[in-house]
Amino acid sequence: MHRTQVKVAEDALDANTTIATANRADFDRHGVSVVNFMSAPGAGKTTLLERTLDELEARVGVLEGDVQGSADADRLSALHLPVVQLNTDPGFGGECHLDANMVRSALGDLPLEELDLLVIENVGNLVCPAEFKVGEDARVMVSSITEGEDKPLKYPLMFRTCELVLINKIDLLEHLDFDLDLFLYNLDAVHPGIEHMLVSARTGEGTGAFREWLAGIAARAPAAA
Amino acid sequence: MHELSLSSAILATALRHADGRRVKSVQMRIGTMRQVVPESLDFYFGIVGRGTLCEGAALEQERIVAELRCEGCGREWRPEIPAFRCPGCGGGEVEIVAGEEFEIDSIVVEEEEVGACIAPR
Repeated sequence: MHRTQVKVAEDALDANTTIATANRADFDRHGVSVVNFMSAPGAGKTTLLERTLDELEARVGVLEGDVQGSADADRLSALHLPVVQLNTDPGFGGECHLDANMVRSALGDLPLEELDLLVIENVGNLVCPAEFKVGEDARVMVSSITEGEDKPLKYPLMFRTCELVLINKIDLLEHLDFDLDLFLYNLDAVHPGIEHMLVSARTGEGTGAFREWLAGIAARAPAAA
Repeated sequence: MHELSLSSAILATALRHADGRRVKSVQMRIGTMRQVVPESLDFYFGIVGRGTLCEGAALEQERIVAELRCEGCGREWRPEIPAFRCPGCGGGEVEIVAGEEFEIDSIVVEEEEVGACIAPR
């Protein structure tokens, strides 16, 4: 036996990126824009979607990622949209994020030809989802004010990878010690110039702007082939 | 948990390039901006490799320090904390020169000595 060094020079996540590119091609073929929607657990992703997708002027579907259960998908089903639940527990080892292969496994359950926009609600987590592309056009994250001002500094990869940050639960601003200016300063330090919106999923404040933003993303999609 | 997912990705890539040979070590280049804890990655790599040709393989991690370059004034610097605005001109258009790597540079595999055991006595 002897030892040989084999040159690899490959990003360890290339396999995921290849599948994400295949997903992207499928989405393009059907003329669907895709948003990867991420946040920490409990930041308000599902409630924000309930608030905004109902009156969205685009044909929208949701791919709901969770480790277990269908609580969020059940809630969104009330909006009479196509919703597909993707659990990472059976089959994917209970992963704390969605990767391109998991999303690919669910594509057959989604009526892509009937959609302009697909929102992929990722598993609640500020770390892993940032690493794995799934074939999306845009990444949006929700950071709620109950999480504190320091989150951009603690999770820079997540905040850098998104093009829009929704600052949620602003109805609680007067009740908390949250320093919005400091949060915005930290956000700008980590991702200079990133777009943000102040929203409250509970009261609906600011969600109209997010709805318009989503409609803009939906309109980006190429015409179906 | 982050490192568990990443370890699985490293394992899959290493096994593909090993092409059926036993892997003795994996050489990686990991940027400091990837938020990877070296000890944790090492720990999980040991676990995911069990029962595969990577079992017992050493994970050698070279840390790549983050370097940024301002596209406005050209200044290059190494950020202390995640701060992406140029400390010189305050510009926000910044190129990441180094620090985002998560790359397998090479692997060391064991190969049979071809012909070593068939020489006539």
